[in-house]
Amino acid sequence: MRLVALSLACLVAVAACSPNETATTDSDSAEIGQAALEGIEATPFNSPEYLVQNIGDRVLFELDSSALTGEAEETLLDQAAWLRDNPQHMITVEGHADERGTREYNLALGARRSESVRSFLIQNGVQASRIGTVSYGKERPELPCSFEQCWSQNRRAVTVVESGG
Amino acid sequence: MRNLPNCLLTSVFAALLLAAAGTGLAKAQDEPLRLEILEGVIAALPMAVPAFVAETEDVKELAGNITSVVISDLVGSGLFREIPPEAHISSITSLDTPVQYPEWRAINAEILITGTVKRLPKNSQGDRRIQVRFRVHDIVSRTGLGKGMQYVAPPEDWRRVAHKIADQVYSRVTGEEGYFDSRIVFVSEFGDKTNRTKRLTIMDHDGANLQHLTSGRDIVIAPRFSPDSREIIFTSFASGRPTVMRMNLADRRPKVLWKISDMTFSPRFSPDGKRVLISRTRSGNTDVYEVDLKRRVVNRLTTHSAIDTAPTYSPDGVQIAFESDRGRMPQIYVMNLDELKPRRISFGRGSYSTPVWSPRGDYIAFTKQLEGNFHIGVMRTDGSDEKLLTKSFLDEAPTWSPNGRVLLFFREERGERGGPSLYSVDLTGRNLKRLDTPWFASDPNWSKLR
Repeated sequence: MRLVALSLACLVAVAACSPNETATTDSDSAEIGQAALEGIEATPFNSPEYLVQNIGDRVLFELDSSALTGEAEETLLDQAAWLRDNPQHMITVEGHADERGTREYNLALGARRSESVRSFLIQNGVQASRIGTVSYGKERPELPCSFEQCWSQNRRAVTVVESGG
Repeated sequence: MRNLPNCLLTSVFAALLLAAAGTGLAKAQDEPLRLEILEGVIAALPMAVPAFVAETEDVKELAGNITSVVISDLVGSGLFREIPPEAHISSITSLDTPVQYPEWRAINAEILITGTVKRLPKNSQGDRRIQVRFRVHDIVSRTGLGKGMQYVAPPEDWRRVAHKIADQVYSRVTGEEGYFDSRIVFVSEFGDKTNRTKRLTIMDHDGANLQHLTSGRDIVIAPRFSPDSREIIFTSFASGRPTVMRMNLADRRPKVLWKISDMTFSPRFSPDGKRVLISRTRSGNTDVYEVDLKRRVVNRLTTHSAIDTAPTYSPDGVQIAFESDRGRMPQIYVMNLDELKPRRISFGRGSYSTPVWSPRGDYIAFTKQLEGNFHIGVMRTDGSDEKLLTKSFLDEAPTWSPNGRVLLFFREERGERGGPSLYSVDLTGRNLKRLDTPWFASDPNWSKLR
């Protein structure tokens, strides 16, 4: 995941720096990568953006479940490490559900998901007092389509780093 | 109140047979019949409603408007059909001239509603009110159906007068209370699906007199009336997390119901208005609590580690129903408030959510999810006699008409541009209709009769 995110960022940077250039071929991609890195401003390790870009701010859930998947636990282990290294930051974990449930049940389900994330982070050394939770139920989908490819992205818990920290 | 005589009811005879077969509400053979609507009316009752007579020149338009609303209410119920004025061969010039029954019979009218409107002289406060008088006639038996009545009101309240007349007609014909002089509170939705603006909105049952109650700054969900309809209780994200708030409709200033740091939602007033059921989430676990508004104490009603939410009182306030996923999928449970021993009542396939007890006490309405569809349905309070009334991609959140005969809910269309609209359906599953609202609309709640 991290590699993909990084290379996407490079491509975006290239596009932004040289709008007149035509599309590049695979053969000179190494050079492009080099050029892009020079043009990029590095994201500071202690900034909230670092967590979003390099670790991933969210984990996804199975249908009607608040159990953490293996992939989710890996992301959260990295989040916990970052939070231990950046003790100045407070976070809010937002729990969300897809549209395939009733509104009030989904609020409760979102709360369960944010609590799953919260307790995992606490187990992995993050102070409980640094973690707030909120549930949005199905009120704030990430993606608007009515198919599984959107619903699976909407069943999520997002770690929001408070900017004041 | 008089019952309708036998001969009026030929057109609904099939419906009566159904009622007799299925419901236990059927009449003994020697009693006079009347329109039983529990199992639905096959044919709507043909009625003639000539424009109410304006007895003073300055209320001519008003008289026409009142007539239109009376007709629209009655036809909207699905129980009545209007014989258009072009077909009338008799006319009404006053309330007191004898009705020419054969001429109304000739156009197959079974019910005739006549009325007059006039502007009264200034009263002691200096106001000029309107007086609206009406009569209901049973054309087949050539008699009045109940007595003539009159309403006196400020002219700006003409719609309420019309609704009250329609309620009178409905109740004289069916023997049951009407539901037209009532209001609906709901959530108006604007903007992109991923970032909806939501505003509490109130309107008359037919969509008139629409007003917003909140600005749209905060997400609001699931508003519900207090039993006296003077207050709304709802869930707001104003504090950043879901919090139950009360709003008096007179001052419209929302107040937090219970000041705690946990998330609270899913509120519902008790039938006497003295208590409120809510859900509270602590450490990810949601339970049902009851807030005593006067004594300002809170009782925890469920203690299970499952999600317990969407509570609703029985009309006598003695029992509650709620939704719980303690059996893995959401199901409906009922318990007495003095015992707190939940027993599951929903055992069909699929999952069951949002139980709402009928004001008559006989049914619980619910949202059911089954095989990728959502349904609005009803079951007896012991879980028997389940009937699904609707089916779509997403039907949710039923609320009962004041007389327990009609359910309002919202239906959401799929996709990026899809959104929710309000729909109503009879308890029989007939007369499914979309209610026109200017914006997307969800989470309806129906008031009592005013």
